[in-house]
Order: sequence, then C-alpha cells, then structure tokens
Amino acid sequence: MSKVLFVEPEKCTGCRSCELICSFIHAGEFNPLRSRISIIAFEKTGFSFPAVCQQCSVAACMEVCPVGAISVDEATGAKIVNHAVCLRCKMCTIACPFGATFYDADHDLIIKCDLCGGDPECVKHCPSGAISYREAKTANYNKRRANAEKFREVMEEGR
Amino acid sequence: MFAWKGKILRVNLSDGTVKAEPLNQEYAEQYIGARGLGTKYFVEEVDPKVDPLSPENKIIFMAGPLTGTFAGSAGRYNVVTKGPLNGTIAASNSGGTFGPELKYAGWDGIIFEGRAENPVYLSIYNDQVDLKSAAELWGQDVFATTDALKAVMDEEAKVCCIGPAGENLVKYACIMNEYHRAAGRSGVGAVMGSKNLKAIVVKGTQGIVVEDPKAFMEAAIDARTKLREHPVSGQGLAAYGTNVLVNILNEHGGLPVKNFSEAAVFPNAEKISGEYQAEKYLVRNKGCFGCTIGCGRVTDIPKGPFKSAGEGPEYEATWTFGANLAIDDFEAICRANFLCNELGLDPITLGGTISCATEMVEKGIIPRSTADLRWGDGATLVDLVSKTAYREGFGDELAEGSYRLAEKYGYPEYSMTAKKQEMPAYDPRGQQGIGLNYATSNRGGCHVRGYMTSPEVLGIPVKVDPDETEGKPALLKLFQDLTALVDASGLCLFVTFALGLPEIAAQIRTATGLDLSDEEYLLIGERIWNMERLFNLRAGFTTKDDTLPPRLLKEPMKGGPHEGKVVRLDIMLPEYYSLRGWDEQGIPTEEKLIELSLV
Repeated sequence: MSKVLFVEPEKCTGCRSCELICSFIHAGEFNPLRSRISIIAFEKTGFSFPAVCQQCSVAACMEVCPVGAISVDEATGAKIVNHAVCLRCKMCTIACPFGATFYDADHDLIIKCDLCGGDPECVKHCPSGAISYREAKTANYNKRRANAEKFREVMEEGR
Repeated sequence: MFAWKGKILRVNLSDGTVKAEPLNQEYAEQYIGARGLGTKYFVEEVDPKVDPLSPENKIIFMAGPLTGTFAGSAGRYNVVTKGPLNGTIAASNSGGTFGPELKYAGWDGIIFEGRAENPVYLSIYNDQVDLKSAAELWGQDVFATTDALKAVMDEEAKVCCIGPAGENLVKYACIMNEYHRAAGRSGVGAVMGSKNLKAIVVKGTQGIVVEDPKAFMEAAIDARTKLREHPVSGQGLAAYGTNVLVNILNEHGGLPVKNFSEAAVFPNAEKISGEYQAEKYLVRNKGCFGCTIGCGRVTDIPKGPFKSAGEGPEYEATWTFGANLAIDDFEAICRANFLCNELGLDPITLGGTISCATEMVEKGIIPRSTADLRWGDGATLVDLVSKTAYREGFGDELAEGSYRLAEKYGYPEYSMTAKKQEMPAYDPRGQQGIGLNYATSNRGGCHVRGYMTSPEVLGIPVKVDPDETEGKPALLKLFQDLTALVDASGLCLFVTFALGLPEIAAQIRTATGLDLSDEEYLLIGERIWNMERLFNLRAGFTTKDDTLPPRLLKEPMKGGPHEGKVVRLDIMLPEYYSLRGWDEQGIPTEEKLIELSLV
C-alpha cells in the first residue's frame, strides 16, 4: 500500500463530477447515491467535503465481517467486497466510522471505494484538484510546505 | 427513452391534484428539453394573451436530457411562463443541483396550473409527490424557507423557492434554488407568488442512463477537456468568476455608467473587479452540478456596516449596483446582492430601476421628497433592496420595474430597457451586435440569448470589430440559435466559450440516441427561437418593440474607445429579419414555418 486517495476539502467546488464518473464506472448510470465517493455539501456556506473510504490499515469493515467477504487488494491496499460471499448483513456499514461503506438497497449490494484497481477515475475528473492519488509517505507534504512558507514569510518580513 | 426520464408531473393548484403523465416523445425529439421542451408545452397549453399573474397562466419547470449526466456543465433547468415584467415568453435558467435532483427523482419536469387557495409547497421524493401547506413558510425569506424544508425532508434534499419579493408580486422576483442560485429574470418568482406556490423540495434516488455509454463518455470527456483547457472557461472564469469581465468591459469602453448616461468607462472599476474580490473577499470557488468551470464565488464581508456573506456577486449584479449607480464600494454591492438572494429579487432589473429613478431625481423629475436618491450612495441602495421586496414606501414604485416607473413620471425614455426588461452590463453603443441582440431577444433586455460580447470583446470564436454592423445579423442569428439548443439540452451557456456545435451536438446525440446531424440540431435551436417569437407576436408584440431606448439610438457615446457611436439598428434589423426568414414586419414567413415544422 504505497499510494492513498487524498482529499483536500478546501479545494473542492462541490461540483460532484467525482460522483458522476464513479457511479458510471461502477454502476453504468449517473446516480450520486451509487457513487463510492460522496460530496457532503453545506449549501448555505458553500463548503463541500469529499467523503470516501480511506482504506484503513486496521479496517473495521473487514474485522467486523462475519464471513470474511472483505479482503485486501495486495497491489493497491484497497479493501474489496466479494459480493459472492457477502451476506448483506451490513455490519461493515455500521462499523465504518466514516460511513464510507454503505448499502445500495435498490441493487442489494454493499458498496465502497475500490480505488478503481489503482487508477482512480474521480482523480482524473476532479476539475479543482481536490482529490489526488499520491504516495502515502509524502501525501500531505504540501501542507507542511505551505505552512512552512507562511512561517518563512513572517520571518523574512520581520528581518 | 434514454437521458430523459420519460415522465412529467402535472400539478393543478386549484383543485390540489397531482398527476404523472408520460413525456410527449414527439415534443422531446423536436424541442429536446428545458427551455425548448418547456416552451413547447407552454405554447400548446396557454393563451398568449393571458394575464401573467392570473390563474390561467402556467409555470413549467423543465430539465434537459443532459441535466444530471456527466456532460460538461450540465446542471441546468429552466422555468417557463409568461413573465409579468414585460409579458414576453419567459424562460429563466438556473444551475446548482435542483435540476439534476428532479431527474434523479424520476421527472423531466413539472407543469403547475391554476392557483392554490392557500400557500402550498410541492414535496417530491421519487414517486411520492404531495402538495403540502406552506402556511408557516409564507413570509419567510429564501434561506429560512430552504432550511425549513430540508429539515422536514432530508438535509440532502434540494429546494427551490420564492422569497418575500415573489410573494409580494414584485415584477422581477426570481426563483432561488439551493440558497444562492437563481432563475433570475422576467419575474418568474412573481408567477409562483400569484399561484400561492412557495417552494418545491425534491429528493431522488434513481439514476440516469444514456443511449450509447461509450460514445457519450468519449464526447463528454472531450468536452470537459476542452472546457478545462480554454483560457476563459478553464482559467479566467475559474480564477475570478464572472467578475473577471469588469476590467475587460471597462477597458473595452462598454461598462455602462449612471443609467447609460455617460461614457461607458467607470473610473473606479478596479475597486469592483473580480481581481479585487479575489484578493480581499473571496472565501472559495463554487461549482454548479458537474461543472468543470466553477465560476461561483463564496464571498465574505467580515466587518463594517455591510458585514455579510454569501455567493456572488456575479458580474451583472456587480455592474448594476456598482458602475450603473456610480457606487465603488464593493462591500455595499455585496450586501445588496446577498439581500437579493435572500429576498428573491433580480439584481439586474432592481439596479436598473434604481439607476433610472436616480437619474430622474437628479434631473428633478421625481421630487427628492419622494425619494432622496444620489449617485454613489451604497447605504441607500442596501436599504432599497428590502423596501422593494416588501413594497414599502418608494420600494413599492421600484417593485414595478423602470419602465412603469419612468412612464408614471412621464419620461419612459429614461428606462434603459428593451421590451420593458432592463438591459444588462454591456453598453450597446460599444458593441453593435449586442445592441441587435437586446432589440431582438425574445424576453427583452438580456445578454444570455445571444452573447455577442463573446466575438465582439473576447474574440471567441473569432474576433470581430465591435463597431462594425456588417456581418452582425448573421453572427447573432447563429448565436441565438445555438444558445437555444444549449439551453434546451441542460448545458450551461458558458460551455460555448470552449465548445462549438459539434461538441454540443455529440453529447446530446450520444446521450439521447436522437440521430440528427449537427445542422439538424442547430435547426432545433432555430425552431425554438421562432416558437418563442410566434408566442410574443400572438401576445401583441410587433416590430415596433424590436428596438432600444432612444438614448442608445440617438445620443452618441460621450467618451472612451467608442466615442460618438450610436447603435445602428436601422442598418442591422432589416437584414436580421431577412436572414431569419421573416417579413418586414418581423413575422416568420410561411416557408420558414414549414422549414421549421412550426405549421
């Protein structure tokens, strides 16, 4: 597991392009409720948060599954649901602290992000760069750098 | 059917019944959706002479086939009715997520008829559709109404509603969705108000499928790539929102000042520009549904007398409350704009009406004892927004729009309107083509029926001389027809900065399976344009109404790059009629109607 799906809510415009491409790739239709990634929009203040499975190393969904239907994709680290084994007991949807694993009642399926096999479509179609797929070790290095940059400005202006 | 949902809701407010009916497939194939399809239903069902605020008028909400799909910037719906501001056919367009949500609930559109005895709202959860009492919502502003309906149904539900302005039948009240987005023009909100219809709340769980998924995704990704790479849709609008136009139009000499009475150059334009907004007040960018552009602005005025926050202001609002009133206080402009959203008012017409009134006060036509208006007075502007929405004091006169106001005082020529609707932020003496557009637009003064600023100022798709009249009628006809097609599809007009007919038609074709050539798709746009024209003619409009205020035809521009210019409608209009296949009275010929299958 060398790469992670990294979201930066401050960059999100709330356009939901990620939901459209995700539901199309996984379900063959445009339907935000069948997308593995959800934009949680606070319409009044204009803030939007892309909510998606973080592929926890200690994954509650996997641990709670009574039949071992969720396994790790060795190539990407994604937690993958085996629908042939899955009981649809929904324990994983209760266990996930982020609500990122959920139940599609219309199609009787547990759905969650599978990282598209290592080439996430949402990343390709996010117009504002709010979702990226990057090396885990340096994923939020840019935040450290931005913070350091502010510090540098203060220090250098103070000189 | 693909892309369309194939179902329409018909709501009779008089007897409280709600019926589902199949979408008329023949209409859909000839008029596509949204503005086109909604208008087709409307003209088939409503007498053009109808009083816009009577129960006999109808109001139709219609999404397009691309609405809610992956097509680039496809989040639009249209509200079609006969508008109370000027009596033309009104098709008012809005973005956000309301249109897509309506389709996810399984509906292409809603037709409202009659008038409810008491205030109601329509609640839609997929097939569960109910008219409910809005007794507790009546009198509430847009924000409180939206909050309340989300609390009742679902935080993720989408709400469109009117505010006090719509309830009080302000002639240019708009319909707001998701707090900040507006079906802004023609007074469509007053029609809702006249029907005692406060709001629609919708939540859907269904998907949209397209006819040829592989080809559609190729077309949509091609369109999205072009939108993201284009300097206007990928950079300018993304970086500074529509207010990027303030400096551009000012440098062009086309930013109208003081009710179009001075040279169209505002000395303090920089202080109301998108660049200034981004530097001082911008919180973040906001996108409508499925949009790669994200031109929306979340803006915060952190302190002072105009402390407030909200979305916008857009370029037109910034101009109408700014340069047009000689106000250079961006904080006052923002406050006035946010209040318009909360109360449900169209800023373009409100600002145009205050500007007209201010000129008449300055000229001594309206006594200062009636309204103490001065150029550059931000505090009075903010005060007048609420007064207009609630029709208090002079606000009651402002609520009728500039034409009725100016006519009342005996000087209709000071109303800067075309067909009695206020013109937006482009002085047509600096752009001959936009002048012809204002004069011929089917809903009166309006920039989004044929955005000639694109070629005349921005050079898209090609740069043409703004002062030249030659070639403008043909170019405008193309823009008007293409715009009608775009509006019918569910796409945002802004896609036309980066996309042409081939890219637009490819997305509609592959989504719907409607196998027409590019030219046949453009012909649909022309059909829509002529259908709207026929409605207006039957409503009583004539060639005499295809004109502009005398100021723009007779008073030469007083300075700037277009000094000395007037709009040469006399040259352009006859050629425009001829290219349209209309006779000298502006009436479509029999041959044209046959060509467009409009007989």
